[in-house]
Amino acid sequence: MSQTARYSVGIDLGTTHCVLSYLDLTTADEQAIPTVLAVPQLTALGVIEDKLQLPSFVYLPHEAEISEGASALPWINKAEYLVGDIARNLGSKTPIRLVASAKSWLCHAGVDCKQAILPSEAPDDVSRISPFIASKAYLQHLRDAWNYQFPEYPLNQQDLTITVPASFDPAARELTVEAARTIGLHQAVLLEEPQAALYSWIENSEGDWRSHVSVGDVILVIDVGGGTTDLSLIAVTEEQGNLQLTRVAVGDHILLGGDNMDLALAYTVKAKIEAESGKRLEAWQIQALTHACREAKEKLFSQADVDAIPLVIASRGSALIGGTLRSELNREELNRVLVEGFLPVVNAADRPAVKPRSGLRSAGLPYAQDAAITRHLAAFLSRQIGAANDLKDINLPEQASFLHPTSVLFNGGVFKAGVLSERLMQTLNQWLQAEQAPEARLLQGADLDLAVARGAAYFGFVRQGKGVRIKGGTSAAYYVGVETAMPAVPGLAPEIEALCIAPLGMEEGTEQDLPNEEFGLVIGEPVRFRFFGSKTRREDQAGTRLEYWQDDELEELDEIEITLPEEGHAVGEIVPVHLSVTATEIGTLELQAVSRRDGQRWKIEFDTRLGELI
Amino acid sequence: MNSYNIDLALRPTTFDLWHLCLAGTVLVLLFVLLISWISLFIVSRRAKKVAAIQPPAPEVKIVEKIVEVEKVVEVEKIIQAPAPEPVILKQATSDAALQLLNILQKEARFIDFIKEDMGVHADADIGAAARIVHQGCAKAINEHFKLAPVSQDQEGSKVTLNAGFDASAFRLTGNIVGQAPFTGSLVHKGWQVTEVNLPKLTEGHNPNIIAAAEVEL
Repeated sequence: MSQTARYSVGIDLGTTHCVLSYLDLTTADEQAIPTVLAVPQLTALGVIEDKLQLPSFVYLPHEAEISEGASALPWINKAEYLVGDIARNLGSKTPIRLVASAKSWLCHAGVDCKQAILPSEAPDDVSRISPFIASKAYLQHLRDAWNYQFPEYPLNQQDLTITVPASFDPAARELTVEAARTIGLHQAVLLEEPQAALYSWIENSEGDWRSHVSVGDVILVIDVGGGTTDLSLIAVTEEQGNLQLTRVAVGDHILLGGDNMDLALAYTVKAKIEAESGKRLEAWQIQALTHACREAKEKLFSQADVDAIPLVIASRGSALIGGTLRSELNREELNRVLVEGFLPVVNAADRPAVKPRSGLRSAGLPYAQDAAITRHLAAFLSRQIGAANDLKDINLPEQASFLHPTSVLFNGGVFKAGVLSERLMQTLNQWLQAEQAPEARLLQGADLDLAVARGAAYFGFVRQGKGVRIKGGTSAAYYVGVETAMPAVPGLAPEIEALCIAPLGMEEGTEQDLPNEEFGLVIGEPVRFRFFGSKTRREDQAGTRLEYWQDDELEELDEIEITLPEEGHAVGEIVPVHLSVTATEIGTLELQAVSRRDGQRWKIEFDTRLGELI
Repeated sequence: MNSYNIDLALRPTTFDLWHLCLAGTVLVLLFVLLISWISLFIVSRRAKKVAAIQPPAPEVKIVEKIVEVEKVVEVEKIIQAPAPEPVILKQATSDAALQLLNILQKEARFIDFIKEDMGVHADADIGAAARIVHQGCAKAINEHFKLAPVSQDQEGSKVTLNAGFDASAFRLTGNIVGQAPFTGSLVHKGWQVTEVNLPKLTEGHNPNIIAAAEVEL
């Protein structure tokens, strides 16, 4: 933390929107309310507007598209990339040049996030950019917007917190921090989004949060963003008379969000129109329909007495009357598609459907196959049944089949629809009732759209030692694959063991050495390890070797790679090393190889290239 | 018939009516002479001044809804009457108006709608298009303007305007007699813009293009 920081700045680097909020540290107290920065951005060529959200899109324009000076921003004559509202607007008509959901690619194992792969559908003519560059472009825009508004307090001298999904793996976290560093924001720290939402709720309660939760509570944070669903469990415990918050579990990276809901509605109406008219809708019509459905959905959800909202899609030409396409969205369809489709009433024992992926999967994002958020939730809670075993304040009945949350905090614009949040609460409470557990309470007063950014700004204040801090540590235990010493069997890949290098919940700022596990590394030759994470194996300590594990216990992540430089050694020389792992204060995991001989250290990279060596 | 003899040796011993008249006339003439000298002097001074400073081109500026157009006042009249303070009128730049048209077209297809021939379409079709226009206009207006009623009272209720009320915010109609306070019934609550938030435009932006022609490749 820098000594001279005047502001604590929080950036919600979202899949579909970025938000920046800030808090004046010189006047802040526990009741301080962060301000959200209105970010100047192009909304059309030559038009600049201030908006609270910066859509996370990059548009790669053709040189003929932009006239001189039309892409100027208050701080630059010609922006390197078109970012924000304009990118989304231009991209809706020219999708081959639109980069979207860059953040989801960061956590996509098997893809090199520094390789220019986006937009994935672009023809060869379009010079693509990497997911990393796209993330950097959003941060850069926010940095410039900040520096433009606060020239006396440049962003690189303020406390900066960037939020990431709780389900982000170490490689994705590292990439996020690196993106910030490449634009001079070296002081950035990471915070998990569901935690940020809880901080925002604490900040919003103006000091009254302690009367809403009590020792023994387990808070379930359900964060449904535009593109991802993020789940976390936070336990309330007591230490020396003070309430303590501990993040005990995080969910998987589920690519399922509010945008899927709008799209589902659009396709429902599309089928209806096509059945009535016998004509196929074109891509631009579906786009317009999605837009119209989103607005109709919001109206239906907010006005209980309205049964149907007419939808009209205008023709693209200047003739407006006559060329329109008409349909309607009624409440029955809305409930069927959204409430029953995304939040069906299921049993606590139900699990998301998994279809085997077809062998020829295009290089797209691994979207969730089952749209039922309730089923993902059921799977999460039962997987994490042991999450609070170590905490003496949390007592689960013996017959429980899943971890019982006592309160729920929602985040994400999706939950502005009362029907959806009610359905989720109703389903969860049914599960709880079935196990004779008390119903979970809904924590009120969350700002669904801006909470994450506001919570991130508040986190800067918490980091100064004021207010309550959520403890957590690493969200998973990490393992490297080690080949076992056994005779080679033709046709079988050598068995591997998983060596635990970092336990789950490893605290920030601590280091784990594995002096007993020695490797011989060849100078100048890259060595790769398979890398695994587990969000459920709590008992494994650093150094534990697993010979056997269940499929859903360990998740394979991107490989890690060590290349020992030649300096001071001869090529081909073998250096004995052991591994050392640090959970850094900034929220990343740092892997190092430590030389046996002279204690020299080399950084181990999270390698994001496709694992050819497996 | 009387004959008038002129005897220059004769001296009047007393003022008679004629002489009084004569003396008065002399005084009046002297006064007139003096006035004309002075005015001549002023004219020459003023004429020089007018020649030196070109009168500024009359500016027409629009203040809210009330448009005042400056009258071109002749130079001679200015000389004779003491010159009144020239009324400064603001000219709204056309950029903001064009920008609003641009926004309304983008969000609500406003120009497309206005340029349609209503006569040839069925009401149902017009209704469908009107939804797009209404929805878009509402979005555009809500996004760029904060609107509030001028009067917080219910329409139809009795309101009293005290002396010194803002005559541009409250318009009196009907039986306007007597002195303030005026009491009457509120016919329209009025609208005022409390905040304008129009997009900024870059240097090279051509505001005359309300909607660019679109060519799909």
